[in-house]
Amino acid sequence: MAFMGHTLSPAPLWHNGPTPGAFYNFPANSSNLGPASRPLQDFRAHSASPITTTTSVVAVKFDKGCVIAADTLGSYGSLARFRDCPRVMKVNDLIMLGSGGDYADFQYLKDIIEQKIIDEQCLGDGLNLKPRSLHCWLTRVLYNKRSKMDPLWNNYVVAGIQDGEPFLGAVDKLGTAYEDAAIATGLGAYMATPLIRDVTEKGPLDEESAKALVRKCMEVLFYRDARSFPRYQIGVVTAAGVKIDEPVDLKHDWSLAHMIKMK
Amino acid sequence: MFRNQYDSDVTVWSPQGRLHQVEYAMEAVKLGSATVGLKNKQFAVLIALKRAVSELSAYQKKIIPIDEHIGISISGLTADARMLSRYMRTECLNHRYAHDAPMPVGRLIALVGNKMQICTQRYDKRPLGVGLLVAGYDDQGPHIYQTCPSANFFDCRAMAIGARSQSARTYLEKHLNTFTDCDLQDLVAHGLRALRDTLPNEVDLNTKNVSIAIVGPKTALRVSDEEELGRFLALVEGEERRGGTATGDAAAPGDQPQPQVTLWES
Amino acid sequence: MLGINDNFPEYALPGVKKVHFEPYADNGGSIVAIAGDDFAVIGADTRLSTGFSIYTREQKKLFKLSDQTVLGATGCWCDTLTLTRLLQARMQMYEHEHNKAMTTPAVAQMLSTMLYYKRFFPYYVSNILAGIDSEGKGCVYSYDPIGHCERSTYRAGGSAGAQLQPLLDNQIGLKNMQNVTEAPLPKEKALALLKDVFISAAERDIYTGDSIYILIITANGIQEEKFELRKD
Repeated sequence: MAFMGHTLSPAPLWHNGPTPGAFYNFPANSSNLGPASRPLQDFRAHSASPITTTTSVVAVKFDKGCVIAADTLGSYGSLARFRDCPRVMKVNDLIMLGSGGDYADFQYLKDIIEQKIIDEQCLGDGLNLKPRSLHCWLTRVLYNKRSKMDPLWNNYVVAGIQDGEPFLGAVDKLGTAYEDAAIATGLGAYMATPLIRDVTEKGPLDEESAKALVRKCMEVLFYRDARSFPRYQIGVVTAAGVKIDEPVDLKHDWSLAHMIKMK
Repeated sequence: MFRNQYDSDVTVWSPQGRLHQVEYAMEAVKLGSATVGLKNKQFAVLIALKRAVSELSAYQKKIIPIDEHIGISISGLTADARMLSRYMRTECLNHRYAHDAPMPVGRLIALVGNKMQICTQRYDKRPLGVGLLVAGYDDQGPHIYQTCPSANFFDCRAMAIGARSQSARTYLEKHLNTFTDCDLQDLVAHGLRALRDTLPNEVDLNTKNVSIAIVGPKTALRVSDEEELGRFLALVEGEERRGGTATGDAAAPGDQPQPQVTLWES
Repeated sequence: MLGINDNFPEYALPGVKKVHFEPYADNGGSIVAIAGDDFAVIGADTRLSTGFSIYTREQKKLFKLSDQTVLGATGCWCDTLTLTRLLQARMQMYEHEHNKAMTTPAVAQMLSTMLYYKRFFPYYVSNILAGIDSEGKGCVYSYDPIGHCERSTYRAGGSAGAQLQPLLDNQIGLKNMQNVTEAPLPKEKALALLKDVFISAAERDIYTGDSIYILIITANGIQEEKFELRKD
């Protein structure tokens, strides 16, 4: 938007003074190079950083489906600002979507996905979106946004039942997509993935053990992730449908904390 | 030929509530050679009769593959069909690109229907002069669809369009109940018999003038090569023609397009 | 971003992290392809990673484009996904237009064109194309991210490409050696060599490991094989 540059940073009214609407630049400050050298406002860049953020999503496959967990905190920088940000959504009877990263971007895409499902129901042909299709579609959407340098700052986890088999896939803000039996995004990639892989590599899980595993991960993450929260949602998808529980409170115990010497 | 004063423009109704231009376009379908489509529980089959414009020319292609799971057979203006098939191919590719899944057949047909409708309602356009039989396979099983220049489309269990196709439809109606449970060989044989019924007595089906396309579960759409055609044709070779000579489908030219046929599913 | 550092330089603090958007990622992975007289083998490891974490240990990076052409692609995975989807769509369009499948050299040329089309916002992908050409000979094409294309008989690419290529030069190309006799490379030897070089790569490159997915392309079709690598 080069043409906007002329109107937004007019020529200086007088030398060595502040530009109208700007602050005075103190002498001897290295950034005092005069108003002309100030970078133009890049409006587009606003969207290129997350504002209200959410943290990890933890997901794992079990023999008959998938389970996703995510806490309900919306952080504003380091401020724990919003305490009720649900981010595990039901897409249709066989698909569930979890999101981490910018919460506004998630809400934007959530609306689009919900409309997509409504449009599909309106066709009334009895066909439903499948998880692999949604996963691929998300990849396309996110890749196109990143190619415009205007990304949706999210990590998405798609869980569902594809032709009778559990499906679990992830997409990040670039459109990087992959499927795996265990997926954890954000800090969870470092702290939860090893815990889950330890268990899943020993053999397939059933629903209860998968849920227990995910709960354990949420607990570990709560103790170590400074942007996490002791309330989280768990969603389960099986051939019987999607069930997303109301947020539950995580039991935590800091009585040991005084024994941990950080030095 | 001047039928009446209300047929010079697509956008003008006749006092009887008809759009003559659209109905004339429906007649164009009957100028093309016949083609038959039918399905059983697993497979959808297209069988088309090809014509050669002259002895010097090759036989005109009648079956156009759209995607791995969809093929069409055309009757009417080939050029219009090329444009439609291009559109259908693009839609299928786009769907695959965005959703990593084959386009559901019914949805593609709905898109085609919408596209064909536009030119029945605008003064600067003309209706497409081509009818399609679409064979496809998706999660809901095999499909045979018929589309008309009027932008109508029908989900059929079996259908025939094109010149003298009434005889083929008569055959299909007669054997309709056997299709669902018969195997692929029998299904193709039924299709060939239906198609043969549209032929004049002195002509017979051969590997040069017949095209067969088959689509089914886990088998991508395949247009038969000459060897396979020969095997299929052998199934009905030497049989007596049951339908007799064609009664001609141009019997009632002003009628609504094939309303008397009840092959499509309700 | 219109941040504190730009507008209020006096208040800028050292160490305040500015979030910056970077459209490319390095997701690692290596490919090796070797062509013989009537075959081509191509293998890629199955580790997909970013930085110090592994996204998945079972990501296939080989794409069967037809029954005589296989593409291996590593680098920025989102670009790989997009490029291969486009490539597959373009190949289907070719098939529809020309009523025949694309030959390997034709795919090779089209891939080069598609990469160069994005010259100023490139696909950050290291591509190696392997297959059987129209004369039935094995062939390998390798690319840079912006479309330079070269046909060869063996090539290593991806994160460990620079380590593996000299090894292949020595073992297959018989470079810089005296008194060597060139003999046609048998399929078994190519396959064994491919596994060996990947074992070496997994020792030195953290972005290569877990397992190799191998495709063997001959006139009779494509055979699959899997070979385990170290998983640390």
